[in-house]
Amino acid sequence: MADIAPPAYRTFPIIPELKPGAMEGKGPFVAPDKINEALGFPGHLEDDWHDKAIAKMGDLLSRYRSLKVYMDACVHCGACSDKCHYFIGTQDPKNMPVARQDLMRSVYRRYFTLPGKLFPKLVGARDLTREVLDEWFNYYHQCSECRRCSVFCPYGIDTAEVTMAAREILDSVGYGQKYANEIIGKVHKIGNNLGLPGPALIDTLEGLEEDVKEATGVDVRFPMDVKGAEVLLITPSADFFAEPHIDSLIGYAKVFHATGTSWTLSSMSSEAGNFGLFIGNYDQLRTIAMRIRQAALELGVKRIVVGECGHAWRVAYSFWNTLTGVGDGADPNDRFAQMLQKQLDHRYKQPSHICEFTWDMIQDERLVFDKSKNDKYVITYHDSCNVARGSNMGGYPGGQFDIPRNIIRAVANNFVEMDSSTSYERTFCCGGGGGLLTDDLMDVRVKGALPRMEKLQQVKDEEGVNFMACICAICKAQFTKVLPIYGFDRKVVGGVHQLVSNAIQLGVK
Amino acid sequence: MSTLLAIFIYLSTLVFVVGLLQRIRDYAGTPAPLKIPTTPAPTTGGGVVLRMVREVVFFESLFKGNLWTWVSGWLFHFSMLLVVFRHLRYFTEPVWGWVDFIQPFGIYAGITMVAGLLGLLARRIFVERIRYISTPSDFLMLVLLIGIASSGLLMKFVGHPDVIMVKNYFLGLMHLSIRELPSNFVLYAHLSMVFTLLLIFPMSKLLHAPGLFFSPSRNQADNPREKRHIAPWAAKLESEK
Repeated sequence: MADIAPPAYRTFPIIPELKPGAMEGKGPFVAPDKINEALGFPGHLEDDWHDKAIAKMGDLLSRYRSLKVYMDACVHCGACSDKCHYFIGTQDPKNMPVARQDLMRSVYRRYFTLPGKLFPKLVGARDLTREVLDEWFNYYHQCSECRRCSVFCPYGIDTAEVTMAAREILDSVGYGQKYANEIIGKVHKIGNNLGLPGPALIDTLEGLEEDVKEATGVDVRFPMDVKGAEVLLITPSADFFAEPHIDSLIGYAKVFHATGTSWTLSSMSSEAGNFGLFIGNYDQLRTIAMRIRQAALELGVKRIVVGECGHAWRVAYSFWNTLTGVGDGADPNDRFAQMLQKQLDHRYKQPSHICEFTWDMIQDERLVFDKSKNDKYVITYHDSCNVARGSNMGGYPGGQFDIPRNIIRAVANNFVEMDSSTSYERTFCCGGGGGLLTDDLMDVRVKGALPRMEKLQQVKDEEGVNFMACICAICKAQFTKVLPIYGFDRKVVGGVHQLVSNAIQLGVK
Repeated sequence: MSTLLAIFIYLSTLVFVVGLLQRIRDYAGTPAPLKIPTTPAPTTGGGVVLRMVREVVFFESLFKGNLWTWVSGWLFHFSMLLVVFRHLRYFTEPVWGWVDFIQPFGIYAGITMVAGLLGLLARRIFVERIRYISTPSDFLMLVLLIGIASSGLLMKFVGHPDVIMVKNYFLGLMHLSIRELPSNFVLYAHLSMVFTLLLIFPMSKLLHAPGLFFSPSRNQADNPREKRHIAPWAAKLESEK
């Protein structure tokens, strides 16, 4: 990675000038036949791709109101045009949200609207040629589906919805992305994105128990497949072995231990992440989420708690109830959902975020902390895009911003905010979300991190910040790789429960 | 000429009404399978109504997005609204009290409407990013609206057509009888442009007006954990098992 140079910080936040074509041909690897076929997609592009793609587009337009309205409603006002981190970092005009949408909208107009059929040039309509399809593949894989553009759009047009539709069309004609589709294949086959089989997981967890015993002298358990446990923890598989993710897993275990909560992991359902979201495919999204339902039913748990993972929390919070019935308020005649909802304990939100769980316990004074253990850090908090703009915590608007910050303040003394134009719902994506966390997209990942790095640099210079907490596995992995390229130590990034783990006092209550 | 214009007015109004209704029915009938409200998302139906009111009346999101576009866009839209209200006097007899009251304001609104439109046009021409995303139809739409507003102002301040005749013409049209319209070139231009706008409304980006109300990221309540939300086509996946 040493040969990748980061773009220069902007001295003042001017909107960059356009560099057309800057990111042409910088897309990801194309999935080989085997990987596509494992998901039921055609292996590769075949002669009839054009008609199949247009038919698929018509199908999506009839099933998703979002896509239909978003294709029609854009007036090209440009409010979104300077809001995308990939545009800011690359200056490629096709990375402006509106221009990214127009890659598809131009085709929509040509095939699905009267003016586009009659006067294509006038309304910017285009035939779906092979060049256009290649352009889709390239630029719809330079979008992290972070939804920042949607915050500023007067009609709420969400480029993520368009990107997902484009990727679904590409998959349907055998033109999938290697990284995302390969990972989805692993979930189906093994149960998690990293392809860690059950025995390896158990091995890792036993190792962790020894490590924690050594460090604290306390027997903190990391239970697996325990029937009748109260809590089922669903966490991103990166938590089992990647740095700094694993430190947060230790944090969750300590919280469960300190509060005397019986909990378990599942070897069959060992992944919170759901890349079905990234490729926009409802069937994949649902099939992957069904593992959690199955584990909950088999283990007979009362609560489902989700670990630190941004897109996983969006899927869990916003979609699990729809996809699998993990939630509340199903129709009495809805046998599918009722089967599970009758089992769950509805004194708690289902599912809960681990931060909601920990914050509840802090409020109930069930946890004791020695804040000074985090005194070596001046901490800031990075709002991860999917948590910030696609989900909620605590059941009131804005809870997803307060609760992680409340926890940090409860376990540490030094906390500062980053520039408000880049936090809360205006936060910038880390640059690696949406299925882009792969080495073949390193160029766009580094450039896309620019706006976040600028503001991190600012709090480092002004306040001495040396730790950026977040609650997303992708953010952690992306920053670990990108921070050194921008001249930071890679250990500047870490989880909220890593801080909890540092400060928590075991065996006190 | 009066008759020719009348035919065009009937035709374009028909396209406008039928096309728009069909489009709205289409939006309403297409399911939104997943909960995708964008933050800051209200958790209740009442909250959604408030949010929608703020979007429609104040263009809240655009205000966050870009101040210049917001100033120009808001000025244009609400000036146009006043101008449209002012024009109700051509369709009502006797003229409603409040329509009478706003007559002078409607004239100023005509001027601020042009100002807003010129602001939007300037942005399209001079801001590199906006120029890049603009299609010929984006410019034509602005030119059409500027044409409508300025021809209207021209009739107010320069060459007044016989407004009694104009009113009679429209009252007649409302009762399916075609009367004589003053043969004034600016008037014909004005009316042709207005009804061209209506004609293209249901098949152009002007659909942003109904579109906003159907935008799932804005019109959904953020309560997915509390209430199961499922589209009919998605529910079928469950019964197949």
